[in-house]
Amino acid sequence: MKTDSSINAIFEIEQKTKVVCPLFTCGVSAGFPSPAEDHIDQKLDLNELLIQHPVATFFVRVAGESMKDVGINHGDILVVDRSLEAVSGKIVIAIVNGELTVKRFIQDSASCQLVAANPDYPPVEITEDTDFSVWGVVTSVIHQF
Amino acid sequence: MKKVFALVDCNNFYASCERLFRPELNGKPVIVLSNNDGCVVARSNEAKALGIPMGEPLFKVKDLVARHKVHVFSSNYALYGDLSHRVMDVLRQMEPDVEVYSIDEAFISLPVTKEWDRVKYAAELRERIRRQVGIPVSIGIATTKTLAKIANRVAKKEAQFNGVFDLAGNSQIDQVLGKIEVNDVWGIGRRSTEKLNRRCIYTALDLKRADETWIRKTLTVVGARTVMELNGISCISLENAPPCPKSIITSRSFGHPVTELDNLKGAVIAYVSIAGEKLRKQSVVADTLNLFITTGPFDEQASYSNNQTITLHQPTSSTPELITAALQCLKSLYRPGYRYRKAGVMLAGIVKQGYRQQDLFSFFLPAEKEDKQLMTALDRINGKWGRNTIQYGMTTAENKPWSMQQTRKSPAYTTNWQELPVARAAGLS
Repeated sequence: MKTDSSINAIFEIEQKTKVVCPLFTCGVSAGFPSPAEDHIDQKLDLNELLIQHPVATFFVRVAGESMKDVGINHGDILVVDRSLEAVSGKIVIAIVNGELTVKRFIQDSASCQLVAANPDYPPVEITEDTDFSVWGVVTSVIHQF
Repeated sequence: MKKVFALVDCNNFYASCERLFRPELNGKPVIVLSNNDGCVVARSNEAKALGIPMGEPLFKVKDLVARHKVHVFSSNYALYGDLSHRVMDVLRQMEPDVEVYSIDEAFISLPVTKEWDRVKYAAELRERIRRQVGIPVSIGIATTKTLAKIANRVAKKEAQFNGVFDLAGNSQIDQVLGKIEVNDVWGIGRRSTEKLNRRCIYTALDLKRADETWIRKTLTVVGARTVMELNGISCISLENAPPCPKSIITSRSFGHPVTELDNLKGAVIAYVSIAGEKLRKQSVVADTLNLFITTGPFDEQASYSNNQTITLHQPTSSTPELITAALQCLKSLYRPGYRYRKAGVMLAGIVKQGYRQQDLFSFFLPAEKEDKQLMTALDRINGKWGRNTIQYGMTTAENKPWSMQQTRKSPAYTTNWQELPVARAAGLS
């Protein structure tokens, strides 16, 4: 059996399981009903927070350190939404020369760049000759300690 | 208002799924093999262009594969199933009535009546699926489902239509039908084709104009319905609630021949477990179980095939009850000294759970309720952690000679946390 079920269940993309945390907890009271009891109707679901478009959302594992300054570390899981438009400034999963890569997408009227978040990695200019397309837009990063 | 149907069909679906997380394979030949890596069941356009036929055993195309560096994959149904659901969900977001016809095809009824709007709408639908799920589809539009199938074929084959072809209100319809071979018409099988060819009916257009009385006599009412559909009269409506399946079959060829009864038992239990899960997923129960085992027809030494049917004491979807019945069959079927290559279980007499007749003596049997809870828990755990997380006794043996050979399977990218696709955060070359 695999362990660590509580954490993994939160990530379940099909939302067939929900790990919910009650917003209020109410202790056992002797005699009087808790005034908070009527308000325990809202539960928090991480899927709701992290996944806006389930059909278009995929999880991708990070390999490498080039995005570490924005908190994307080696081994992290990215939540990637393919339905979003890659506007300038977004962190994207791009296909460059047939390879999936994570970078920040910067575009203005003059040029188009893929920029790392680590001074060791220089930005890459996208020209007409570059084999490039956007695979999806990164919306969150999941880092497990 | 006249109804218009659209058939949405994923292009080279399994091959397209394999490419989604391996973009370097775009533009390269890709093929996917059937269970046990036997035959070619999907080909990318590049593989089709190399002349690799559909259904061909791998060993027959080995040279082509090596010479042109064709990328070969075992079937990865966890991946295809997940991406299929996503495609269907995009359709459901746009359209209330979706009939999922197979893992990679769905019929919808189109809301717009003007041809120009229809094509534009279909193109938008196609782009939505490509963008959100990453799978290319083709859409064929027509006044009947049979014609929509044909329109889809045209959309797929002729690049100038950009994946959408509209036959509804198309004045060139007979010209199109004249180019479609009759055996490519939906519902016309090999034997019907032979009969039709003997009467000089070779194309869909010939069939459209065929004599109705003769067709009814030769191909029964089903054939007559096809002819009506080719004439633009809709006879087959959209079925958006899947009907009760007539039977559920789980059968596989073994990775290696099996001789021992214990190993056969393991395989049978595994297949019955899958079939039981299928029943419960559809909230149906079965009252008949049929088990077959075979050495296959080509065993040089000795061949043996046999099957047995058991009528269950009462309709059930409980895996332990089904296993008990299946093992009872196996015990009487098994003959030592043979090399078994395949086994399968068929469940029939299927009815919806609520409709089953209660046995007088089993009414309110507490064990049944417990069993139901156990099955629900089992399906939930296996659904979450992958099939086989919890298995029945015999199937967990380390040595499973009967399990499938799938040596070239890609990762379960979307259904297993350990197998997620990887994006590089490194320098770009």
